[in-house]
Amino acid sequence: MLELNVIFEAVHRWLEGILPQGLVTLISALGTGGIVLAFLSILALFLVWWERKVSAHMQQRLGPMRTGWHGVLQTIADGVKLVQKEDLIPSTADRPVYFWAPVICFVAAFMAYLVIPFGRGLIVQDLNIGILYIIAITTFTVVSLLMAGWGSNNKWALLGGMRSAAQIVSYEVPLTLSILGAVMLAETLSMVGIVQSQAGGFWNWLIFRQPIGFIVYYIAATAEANRTPFDIPEAEQELVAGFNVEYSGMKFAMFFLAEFVNMFTISAIAVTLFFGGWNAPHPIFNFVPSWIWFMGKSLVSVFILMWFRWTYPRIRVDQLMGFAWKFLLPLAFLNIILTGLGVLIFRN
Amino acid sequence: MAIEQLKTEEFMVNMGPQHPSTHGVCKLVIKMDGEQIKSIQPHVGFLHRSIEKIAENRTYAQFVPYTDRIDYCASMNANHAYVTAVEKMAGIQVPERAEYLRVMMAELNRIASHLVWIATFAIDLGAVTPFLYAFRERELILDLFEMTCGQRLTYNYMCIGGVNWDIPQGFEPKLREFLKIFPQKVNEYEYLLTNNPIFLYRTKGIGVLDMDTAFAYSVSGPSIRGSGLKWDIRKAEPYSIYNKFDFDVPVGHTGDVWDRYKVRLNEMRESTKIVQQAIEGLPGGDTKVKVPMTWKPPEGEVFSRIEAPRGEMAYHIISDGTPKPYRIKIRTASYCNLQVLPVIAVNHLIADLVAIFGSLDVILPEVDR
Repeated sequence: MLELNVIFEAVHRWLEGILPQGLVTLISALGTGGIVLAFLSILALFLVWWERKVSAHMQQRLGPMRTGWHGVLQTIADGVKLVQKEDLIPSTADRPVYFWAPVICFVAAFMAYLVIPFGRGLIVQDLNIGILYIIAITTFTVVSLLMAGWGSNNKWALLGGMRSAAQIVSYEVPLTLSILGAVMLAETLSMVGIVQSQAGGFWNWLIFRQPIGFIVYYIAATAEANRTPFDIPEAEQELVAGFNVEYSGMKFAMFFLAEFVNMFTISAIAVTLFFGGWNAPHPIFNFVPSWIWFMGKSLVSVFILMWFRWTYPRIRVDQLMGFAWKFLLPLAFLNIILTGLGVLIFRN
Repeated sequence: MAIEQLKTEEFMVNMGPQHPSTHGVCKLVIKMDGEQIKSIQPHVGFLHRSIEKIAENRTYAQFVPYTDRIDYCASMNANHAYVTAVEKMAGIQVPERAEYLRVMMAELNRIASHLVWIATFAIDLGAVTPFLYAFRERELILDLFEMTCGQRLTYNYMCIGGVNWDIPQGFEPKLREFLKIFPQKVNEYEYLLTNNPIFLYRTKGIGVLDMDTAFAYSVSGPSIRGSGLKWDIRKAEPYSIYNKFDFDVPVGHTGDVWDRYKVRLNEMRESTKIVQQAIEGLPGGDTKVKVPMTWKPPEGEVFSRIEAPRGEMAYHIISDGTPKPYRIKIRTASYCNLQVLPVIAVNHLIADLVAIFGSLDVILPEVDR
């Protein structure tokens, strides 16, 4: 049994024994933040490498092979290259807007991890409105993309920014509504509460009671994260690179890492809401630490998102909006009605 | 500010010369209303190498390698167009084996060219994976070419009076193996794209090229066959020995992007059939007739055309009886096909423009020459 929360609690108790209370709170807050940040940075590096390998093998290539074993150090090499790049700002750019856009994107992507339960007791802060908090904080991304598009003072970037604003605002609606079904069944907004309501075995997972909700969530979340087939804000073949066309060096790296962190975020939420979070599929597998279950399930979901990207063509911008408002939204409402009826009939 | 005072206006963007989906260096000056295209002005000429002028300073035989560079995706067909024109002017009879080899190579090159097309077209629509699948099969064809003439892109294979080299040993089994696996591979591309709902959304009813417009802009090749006209020079005015082979001319119905895509896919199947028949019926004998180095054609002029992968490729050669041509005019399909783009892409979205541009299979060196 290697539950990580045991280690953290032991460290916390040890600190309490030797330091005053205020200092312990400060240290544990900074330490947790540092751990989450470090974990996500390593995760993003890993995901970039993984995506390159997945795409390569789907296309019958090898992908990176030279830097380390099967190219595992490739992203680090890329990162070093990006850090060394000159930080170019277009002379006509709106400098403060241009500067803050990647920062906001980066911060918004990372802040969602405040309430994601990585394992039993492994959560930074179990807010009682956890899922609402995530929806609110991930919407910040749209502000940053719009800022990037506007601040670059480039027509292609502006088109990309406008596209992303339209897309993310539209998909936010079915996304929120699709989560509502799961929340109604779990009867709590807290992420830990939702996970605990699915304990006991895979038959308790909400996917079996919320199939429509899951489908709507997954499609809308793919669009939220700007992944193919919904990657129209950065459609390379149409808008060159969309909102990040003028960005280089570290600022580009921030957008890039934020994209991969977002991809993991939507997978983590999908796992938490619909696949039992850190619960094992059957009680007999309880000897495996809970964080391994969580990571495993999330990475499978990330793999599926990558699979989408390397299989499908890109949908067109007007079709994308039509799909959100005419198909996903009614489906999400239908799901809420069905869930409500179900709760009314089976709970009373 | 009151809402009535807000106004919108059209804006202009330059798509290219450096843009990922202009397939070379073409500049489109687009006037847009939001994402909707109001007018397009193509600017060409970035790749102009004055090939037609160079021809006036080279002997007829020396000019053959330059024809490779007109259309680097289908050099065999470009060779073929030139040598048939010169032979028609001089009345040179080519040995039958050479004709078979020419047809075989030209059709293999047509397949290779369509493979490049389907690869880049899929990328234009955002599907990246078919690109490498198509290039995987193109590699097999390029290997065959490399075995025969040592080159992978600019072959300089055909010469006036025949072909430069006979096929080497080991070519035939490799070719037969390719012919055996290739039809399955075409099915694989179809499986990835043809009935994919997103692909259908992006291509059905987009960029409809009606027959009148196509005639007015002298569109040719798969682009006009997608509109439903059964016009293929291999059938209409059989050159070389195309009348000996049994093949169909696939046509579309509506002239949208999907039809042009489907026509090209089916053309790859038909070309496979032709190559199969050519290798079965390959006769023995010489591969070229002797043409002297300082050879002088008779005075006069000739117009000759062939069906290149992108459409009609025609040579108009005027000879004044010296070893060098007096004037050569090359009619390339891409140049005419590109002209129709502003007409059919207007009022579409920018994403559709990329799809339409891709579906016309324009190759920029061929436009500029």
